[in-house]
Amino acid sequence: MPLLARLYNFAHWLTQDRGEAEDLVQEACMKALKGFSSFHQGTNFRAWIYRILRNTFLTSRAGLRVATLSFDDEEDPPAEPVASGTPESILISSLDQQSIQAALEALPVRYREVILLCDVEEMKYQEIAETLSIPVGTVMSRLARGRKAMRELLNAASIRGASGSGHK
Amino acid sequence: MTCDEVRGRLELFVDSEMPADELEEFNAHLRGCSACAANALGLLQTKLATRAAGVRYAPSPEFRRRMEQSLRARSKPSWLHLRFPRFAVAAAAAVLLIACATVWVHHSAREDKLTEIADLHVTDLASTNPVDVVSTDRHTVKPWFAGKLPFSFNLPELQNSPFTLVGGRVTYFQRSPGADLLFDVRKHQLSVFIFKEEPGEFSAHFGTATATRLALHIETWSDAGLRYYIVSDAPASDVHALGDLLRDAARS
Repeated sequence: MPLLARLYNFAHWLTQDRGEAEDLVQEACMKALKGFSSFHQGTNFRAWIYRILRNTFLTSRAGLRVATLSFDDEEDPPAEPVASGTPESILISSLDQQSIQAALEALPVRYREVILLCDVEEMKYQEIAETLSIPVGTVMSRLARGRKAMRELLNAASIRGASGSGHK
Repeated sequence: MTCDEVRGRLELFVDSEMPADELEEFNAHLRGCSACAANALGLLQTKLATRAAGVRYAPSPEFRRRMEQSLRARSKPSWLHLRFPRFAVAAAAAVLLIACATVWVHHSAREDKLTEIADLHVTDLASTNPVDVVSTDRHTVKPWFAGKLPFSFNLPELQNSPFTLVGGRVTYFQRSPGADLLFDVRKHQLSVFIFKEEPGEFSAHFGTATATRLALHIETWSDAGLRYYIVSDAPASDVHALGDLLRDAARS
């Protein structure tokens, strides 16, 4: 099945649990088949099926657990530009894949999902907007804020690692 | 364009979302400003590192089989559909979807792997950045992988062939890094994936094989410890011809 591995990866990142991710993908695929007539030929199939998966997640047990985190961006302040004077190139080269995965896990779901769709699934902003049913401007705002939060998490991990090795 | 303006639009730049008419001015600023260039590079590296780290979870073979069984069970027609033609049309569409989407039956690890390889090709074509190194020159593309992969490989000379090299990037398959190369032939695109072969695993399942998945032709073989895959909607003869060129290059 096309996209099964990608859908599963995304579902596991959302739910943080193998069993719940499998249930989520299965339910989303069944819904997609059931509602295939609602898919309009010529529109974006990938955005359509990811939207079904994500909406299914929001009404799942795992989704309801994170429902306390609002998915509404009303309270989002404007995105801040990338800070100068902090070359992430140095930072990233000093961090391993596990640190990046830990930072992604620690992000609130609404930032994690938009970063995954943009950086891992390589969707365009418009495609992400269709998937999440939000305006493109909100996609950009969430991306900027999510990446800023991720940089801060990676910085903190880097400092912890440096001080940890310093004590040895 | 000032540094503040550039900082505010760096995300658009690294996400390839910047309007073409701004790109030239933006690039000119980066060429002349080391601070902004460092920030752009940092963001790009974070994006690439996130892409690699984000492909983390793979569905188990057992789950794939369960999904396939569910989808096939779902595709069976019922008398209800015959009584309600409108639903029957929807069911036919669903069956068609399943026929297209699950035309392959992956009862084994071999089938799972071929399906994932086909997924990689489909993802490539859907990607906004299908390649990270853009060049038709094999002497540019091959060295780009140096230090990024735990192996090296040869690329063929394409001058007297119908194929054109588009570029390449690093990809991950079952958590192992590999080369993902894109070629063109008569408006068709061919993905070539090269991975280090796990001893005993792939060779036991594959050997040399050709297969068809969702109208995609796949050819795979092993050579000198590397596992090659070609995936494309181009005719099987083109897929095989590119395979011959790669096999010859590997021996040279």
